[in-house]
Amino acid sequence: MRHLLSIEDLDRAAIDRICDRAEAFEEVGERDIKKVPALRGRTVLNLFYEASTRTRSSFELAAKRLSADVVNFVASGSSVEKGESLKDTVLTLSAHRPDAIVIRCPWAGAPALLPRWTDAAIVNAGDGKHEHPTQALLDVYTLRRRLGTLEGANIWIVGDVLHSRVARSNILAFQAMGATVTVAGPPTLLPRDVQALGVEVRTTLDDLREADVVYALRMQRERMGESYVPSLREYAAAYQIDGRRLGARQLLMHPGPVNRGVELSGDVVDSPQSLVLEQVAAGVVVRMAVLYEVLASTRTGEPVTESQTA
Amino acid sequence: MTAPLLPDALVRAPAQPADLVIRAAHVLDPRTGLDGPHDVLLREGRIAEIGAPGTLDAPAGAEIVDGEGRRLFPGFVDPHVHLRTPGQEHKEDLETGTRAAAAGGFCQVIAMPNTDPVVDSPSILGALRETAARDARIPVGFMGAITRGLLGEELTEMNGLREQGALGFTDDGKPVVSAGMLRRALQYQRLCGGIIALHEEDPQLSGAGVMHEGVISTLLGVAGIPSISESTFVARDAAIAGYEGGAVHMQHLSCVASVRAVALAKELGYRVSCEASPHHLCLTVEAVRTLDTSMKMNPPLRDEIDRQALIEGLRSGVIDCVATDHAPHARDEKEVPFEQAPMGTTGLETSFAALNTELVRPGVLGLELVVERMTSGGALFGLPVPRIAVDEPANLCLVDLDATWVVGEDGYESRSQNSCFAGRELHGRVLLTVAAGSVAYRERAFAVAAAPEPGKDAA
Repeated sequence: MRHLLSIEDLDRAAIDRICDRAEAFEEVGERDIKKVPALRGRTVLNLFYEASTRTRSSFELAAKRLSADVVNFVASGSSVEKGESLKDTVLTLSAHRPDAIVIRCPWAGAPALLPRWTDAAIVNAGDGKHEHPTQALLDVYTLRRRLGTLEGANIWIVGDVLHSRVARSNILAFQAMGATVTVAGPPTLLPRDVQALGVEVRTTLDDLREADVVYALRMQRERMGESYVPSLREYAAAYQIDGRRLGARQLLMHPGPVNRGVELSGDVVDSPQSLVLEQVAAGVVVRMAVLYEVLASTRTGEPVTESQTA
Repeated sequence: MTAPLLPDALVRAPAQPADLVIRAAHVLDPRTGLDGPHDVLLREGRIAEIGAPGTLDAPAGAEIVDGEGRRLFPGFVDPHVHLRTPGQEHKEDLETGTRAAAAGGFCQVIAMPNTDPVVDSPSILGALRETAARDARIPVGFMGAITRGLLGEELTEMNGLREQGALGFTDDGKPVVSAGMLRRALQYQRLCGGIIALHEEDPQLSGAGVMHEGVISTLLGVAGIPSISESTFVARDAAIAGYEGGAVHMQHLSCVASVRAVALAKELGYRVSCEASPHHLCLTVEAVRTLDTSMKMNPPLRDEIDRQALIEGLRSGVIDCVATDHAPHARDEKEVPFEQAPMGTTGLETSFAALNTELVRPGVLGLELVVERMTSGGALFGLPVPRIAVDEPANLCLVDLDATWVVGEDGYESRSQNSCFAGRELHGRVLLTVAAGSVAYRERAFAVAAAPEPGKDAA
């Protein structure tokens, strides 16, 4: 795998391979010295055009545990605000010869432009409302660990699907792994023709009991101003996942950060069914696996033989 | 009395009137009914004689052009181009834009006023016409803005603009959002004349959209522009025009509902005309899947059902003409993420070839119909229609229908490269364009073959 731009580029075998490798990296995080030399001497550049504490720190940690050098380039306050184009920024950063660029940006498809301007491997860490492939991989990984397989699982994605790159990547990834996906949310926050993605579409949670996994999306407060929903209270009344709606056998997921009391009630976040913290933990090993995958396969020097558990 | 070579409303740089004989070209003019091989003699920029193939001699000094196996059409007319002058000459100027037009077989184009500054006062228009009189390779007509600065708040001095030569009015690039403002403009039109051309789009419905709303925008997570954004404004403005008895021209229709709304308005006898672009006639939103910024235009490429409605509209005459909406942008402006890129594609150099390749050759539309719709756009704005008939000013293009070329392979005449057909192999190459009596373009290879050899046909 040269780049990770979209979940669309991965088939089931590729997703399994990444998850297997992530599984093998679990052990690294349990060591006293949480480091393996797999990517020693390689440079990973985090290029972030959007505020993101968790994704960025997760990538940073992943790179460091593989002994890569990490440079964080946060776009605000940098030359971007002086009007530098994406192309010029990438050309400039590329002059430092990074081996991988992890990019988070507000523009759909922008990561796919980067290979025109740099030889570095590109990892999409979220592009506009398009995709967030590493989130989808870590969610698959988390479920695989819990369920063994996603085959035949019934997964409901609930909330603001329209503005969610997580929803888009996860629909593709869950389906690739054999799960059935239902999206549910206010009609104003479901994209047009979303059923064409092969999902069931619901506007109420009446049948939520069908779900094996409930994946709640973050409800952003700024949507209120645009009249997508009349109020957070009305949204919560209809779509909040709480102890009443969530059955005892159902698993709960959320990409974070959680709005307690909006899309999730406080009690379900803290319940044993909640996988939220497991998702965060999975973020590091899955991103280690992704970085390893894109960098080890393009290594020009000596082959990496220390392998997963070196 | 014969018509002047250059109508008053059009401007171009001084040019030598052509003296030449085009030998044995297959002449096709839907209006004069010519459809067969003829010799056509041009003298002093006029069509002096039309005769059986091989019968017309070249007078002394006249050039001989071998038309055998080629088609000779009336010159194309584009009622909707952006030549970017004044103010955005890094994208295009009057020279490069009209050179691109000539290379596409056009003999007249109408330039939109959304320049910098906007063409919203008689003095700006006057200065622009003076520039065109120095730089334009083919005759150019100009539209004035409907509202000052295209802001939709105050009418321009429409009467003054008309006196300065404005063919009509448009805020193209932007809709006239206020129905009341449009109504005023249409009332005022009774004084000053001039078609009011409308970019139909409800900004509330378009929102932050950058592509057609549908499955693909959903898949890409890119905000969509629903087709109702256009069709509701088409219906609204047709009703206002009908009520006021005003004449409006709906620009670049993109969807089935708009075509139906115009058809209804025409049935009701309203003075409504409309156009469709080659890109909307040949491409669909499928082309946007890769988020290639040369596929980003406004209105956006839509579904196949919309494309079919446009084709049917062109066939039936609900759509009056083809217009390219030639919208050049500099390479660095388009070399950005899709959502950041400006809207628009160039179109002048590929218009006929694209339609010939995608619609005529597969048998969807007849060649004669396409030629008719590519030459009819000026008449809507009061311009004379190019005709292949004796005594008419020579407005012609000679085309090799079978010649294939890859768009962009040899560069462009336009200053910009943002063609939605870039990289495609198209059939049909313009070899020679005569505009208002003068040779405006020769295809490079063809120019050599047609070098004058008095008394002998060129090979």
